Amino acid sequence: MVLKMNRRLLLYATLLTPLMLGSLPARAADTIKVAASFSVLGDMVKQIGGDRVEVKTFVGPNGDAHVYEPAPGDAKALVDAKILVVNGLGLEGWMSRLQKSSGFKGKVITATTGIKSRQMEEEEHGKTKKITDPHAWQSLANGRIYVANIRDGLIAADPDGKSTYEANATKFLADIDTVEKDVTEKIAALPATRRKIITTHDAFGYFGATYGMDFIAPEGVSTESEASAKDVAKIIRQIKAEKIPAVFLENVTDHRLLDQIAKETGAKIGGTLFSDALSDERGPAATYLDMFRHNVATLSEALSS
Amino acid sequence: MMELFSQPYDLLISPFVEFSFMRRALVGCLALSIGAPPVGVFLVLRRMSLMGDAMSHAILPGAALGYLVAGLSLFAMSAGGLVAGIAVAVLAGIVARSTVLREDASLAAFYLVSLATGVLIVSVRGSSIDLLHVLFGTVLALDDAALILIGIIATGTLTALAIMYRPLVLECLDPMFLRSVSRVSSPTHIAFLVLVVLNLVGGFQALGTLMAVGIMLLPAVTARFWAEEVPNLIIAAVICAFGSSAVGLLLSYHANVPSGPAIILTCGVAYLISILVAPRGSLLRQLVPRKHLSA
Repeated sequence: MVLKMNRRLLLYATLLTPLMLGSLPARAADTIKVAASFSVLGDMVKQIGGDRVEVKTFVGPNGDAHVYEPAPGDAKALVDAKILVVNGLGLEGWMSRLQKSSGFKGKVITATTGIKSRQMEEEEHGKTKKITDPHAWQSLANGRIYVANIRDGLIAADPDGKSTYEANATKFLADIDTVEKDVTEKIAALPATRRKIITTHDAFGYFGATYGMDFIAPEGVSTESEASAKDVAKIIRQIKAEKIPAVFLENVTDHRLLDQIAKETGAKIGGTLFSDALSDERGPAATYLDMFRHNVATLSEALSS
Repeated sequence: MMELFSQPYDLLISPFVEFSFMRRALVGCLALSIGAPPVGVFLVLRRMSLMGDAMSHAILPGAALGYLVAGLSLFAMSAGGLVAGIAVAVLAGIVARSTVLREDASLAAFYLVSLATGVLIVSVRGSSIDLLHVLFGTVLALDDAALILIGIIATGTLTALAIMYRPLVLECLDPMFLRSVSRVSSPTHIAFLVLVVLNLVGGFQALGTLMAVGIMLLPAVTARFWAEEVPNLIIAAVICAFGSSAVGLLLSYHANVPSGPAIILTCGVAYLISILVAPRGSLLRQLVPRKHLSA
């Protein structure tokens, strides 16, 4: 039923998108077109590329990069682009199909190249299997590698802009240093007993490992999976046994299940964390660094009391 | 002795005692099992089994619109789904009764228009997939509002079915006769379509589309193998729906599988068993004829 639905929707989307393409703004003559798979990468490319690049982000603000279904307009944007920036580590399962179907011939920058990835153990039907956690951007240390990869990729594709890209990247890296200092201080100020929390899906593995917190989630690494009664029961038992103080919602997932868990256990709802997507321009996490500032402020406010 | 006693307790009772989300899921399923399967029984009797599927598509755009306007609000999404579903059902019914088109054809036309409208709205506002994800509820996350909604719908459905029971049965068995002796045929038909939409909206809000259509129709189809008269059909369907819900929930709890599919698959297993061995019209019955027929 669900599958059929999606296929049907895709069909209609196919019919509709040509109508919407007419409304795209006229392209500037001498900018480099860059396609980015989701909003975090889109923001990074904008920061580093500045005026020299024109960024098209496939999965926009508050969108879920795990389960996106590309539209024909995306294929058109991709084939026009000179560079494609992806996260890799299995986040964008839909991207290889899109690359193939669009006939993209440009350069691909995989932002996680050189990052030491985390393996997560996920229990499914009684068997434990190892899954690579794609959410590497949730650690600012990895963020630096993202920035370096994107900078080098842009320079390789557009050598004329080398000085601009290097200057922007240096400034970005300096900003990362500032935010990281703040993040480390705020988390360090939390009592050790209050550093274990619940979120909707396993998006904060890198964050937790880097800054010393434990994140537990009813959904797995991808938002695609549906929680079973056993998963939910396990988490409720764990919250009660370990006196976990708060649960946090995420901007990309359905919050109804967590509301229910919070109610049943008496844990408080600490606020909304931005995990797999930025907010729109007016939101609290419009850029990569704003996302960190917002998440850490939310965590520290809910957990320090 | 103690162990013998405690094992079935751990297996069947303790999940519901320990966790309120399991109790809520069970109560939600009970309410849904009381309201939806009787409607399904009449759908099957009227050979409109596939209409449930079509109607669930017609509801989706209204719910999507509600979500886009008011966010994840049970009221906005239910109201939107209700309006879209009833509009499609009633328009299709009117067209079928006043033009040459048959009911299934006019319904197909209207629900496709409704679906396309919904997809248009959604694609103007952004990615359709996130929205679909949000639209599918889960039985494990029933809050008070959702439980009250399902309860009201179940109560309303039973009351309405009680009031229009006689014309509805006549409409199923001999619609021409009903039209010749009474003028309630059209109102009954439209009221029935509204009931279908109501139950789908309640079910899909709380449990997801698959659940909503599945729990309406699978028990009703299964009941055909166990009973012949309409009251017995309804009772058999309700028992099958509730039994499957409870077993499905426990399966989801013990075997670590998602709840919605577990419940519907349990209904499916009940259906398959009924095909094979049930007392009426099953394969076993046809292979082993009754004595007085074999003479």
